[in-house]
Amino acid sequence: MNLDFSRVWGSIPFILQGIPTTLQYTLLSVVFGFLLGVILSLCKISGIKPLDYFAQAYTSIFRGVPLILMLSLVYFGIPQLTGYNFSALEAGVITFSLNSAAYVSETIRAGILAVDRGQREAAMSLGVPYLLYMWDIILPQALKNILPALVNESINLLKDTALVSTLGAQDILRSAQIVGAEKYLYFEPLILAGVIYYVLVITLTFGATALEKWMRRID
Amino acid sequence: MTGDRIIQVEDLNKSFGKLHVLKGITTNIHKGEVVAIIGPSGCGKSTFLRCLNLLEEPTGGRIYFNGKDISHIKEVAKIRQHIGMVFQQFNLFPHKTVLENITYAPIKIKKIDKNEAKEKGLVLLAKVGLQEKADVYPSRLSGGQKQRVAIARSLAMEPEVILFDEPTSALDPEMVKEVLDVMKSLISTGITMAIVTHEMNFAREVSDRIFFLDGGKLAEDATPENFFSQPQCDRAKQFLEKML
Repeated sequence: MNLDFSRVWGSIPFILQGIPTTLQYTLLSVVFGFLLGVILSLCKISGIKPLDYFAQAYTSIFRGVPLILMLSLVYFGIPQLTGYNFSALEAGVITFSLNSAAYVSETIRAGILAVDRGQREAAMSLGVPYLLYMWDIILPQALKNILPALVNESINLLKDTALVSTLGAQDILRSAQIVGAEKYLYFEPLILAGVIYYVLVITLTFGATALEKWMRRID
Repeated sequence: MTGDRIIQVEDLNKSFGKLHVLKGITTNIHKGEVVAIIGPSGCGKSTFLRCLNLLEEPTGGRIYFNGKDISHIKEVAKIRQHIGMVFQQFNLFPHKTVLENITYAPIKIKKIDKNEAKEKGLVLLAKVGLQEKADVYPSRLSGGQKQRVAIARSLAMEPEVILFDEPTSALDPEMVKEVLDVMKSLISTGITMAIVTHEMNFAREVSDRIFFLDGGKLAEDATPENFFSQPQCDRAKQFLEKML
């Protein structure tokens, strides 16, 4: 066996520099994915057939196609059609957001439907219009219930962003690969990258637990 | 007592699929009137009440509010601002404090200044005896307190009529009185009310008219004196024998 972590020791700062990139992709995709997911979930529960079908088809397609294929399609395929070249960041955030929206829309839909009917009726009886009470009254309560599922989705997203290393974006994984290529060592830098991902995910989990506790303080 | 008609109902029908719940109700409610709606369970009294603010869409007939046909109106939300409702299960917003529950709609819908809304909210809370609970979340309140807050919340929109859907049915017996007392004090202000209730003594004491519903029809529409002393239909007689 030939393991020598001392040779990559000096490269740790270089790999760590990938963290902001990874977080940038993750954060943007979580936000856009969530907003789009809300819209899709509203389409699903709108009772308006065309909207519902559209949202269903959307979810079905993104569930049924590999993420890396979608990413390649956006990054390599769309420029061929439109002549516009996406940056890796644009392509990554677009793809991950669209993909994440497909999954969270299902979660949000279930969360909205789980909020007591009476909440809707109380808001309606006060003369609050649909979108306003959805946003102010129903969604906050739904979110509280689906927070664990949303955190899961964010964790998946964080790990999925490693796919942008295939587009040359210098995230954690790509940085580790560069170190590997320079030193003809793969195991050690990849393990380091793995540890970094793991620590990020654990931090996110702890943060979410604290957030959940805070949100349940008024129960 | 008999001012202008605030609500008119014409041949109101409501079906849920094949279930025909309301079978042609025609009546009206005048400004300042207190109407108690009673009847055996399943008679359609809650459905009738919920049709009045269009929480249930009528499947037939018409409802007029201040002379305007609202049965199939598009701006339902606008109409509902003028028709308050208090629910059996309170339905306070659990993620908002008591005061936020009360000021939410005035601020967002009526666009009233925040501080003004808060002041008015506190006055309303004082009216229902809960001023000290302003910054508490609903989960910390008893059932009776929740219902009093719910009443204050609906009052905050300054509605012309308030619909009560079995406001005391979900309460422990010792809390019923505090809610009924608040309702009584409301009645003395002259606001129009329609109350679905099982509290016969309360209905008898405070209402101007009794609607007795049976099998989806308005079986009796009488003053409480007449209704309770000499009910006309057999069904009402049976009902009263059981209830009193």
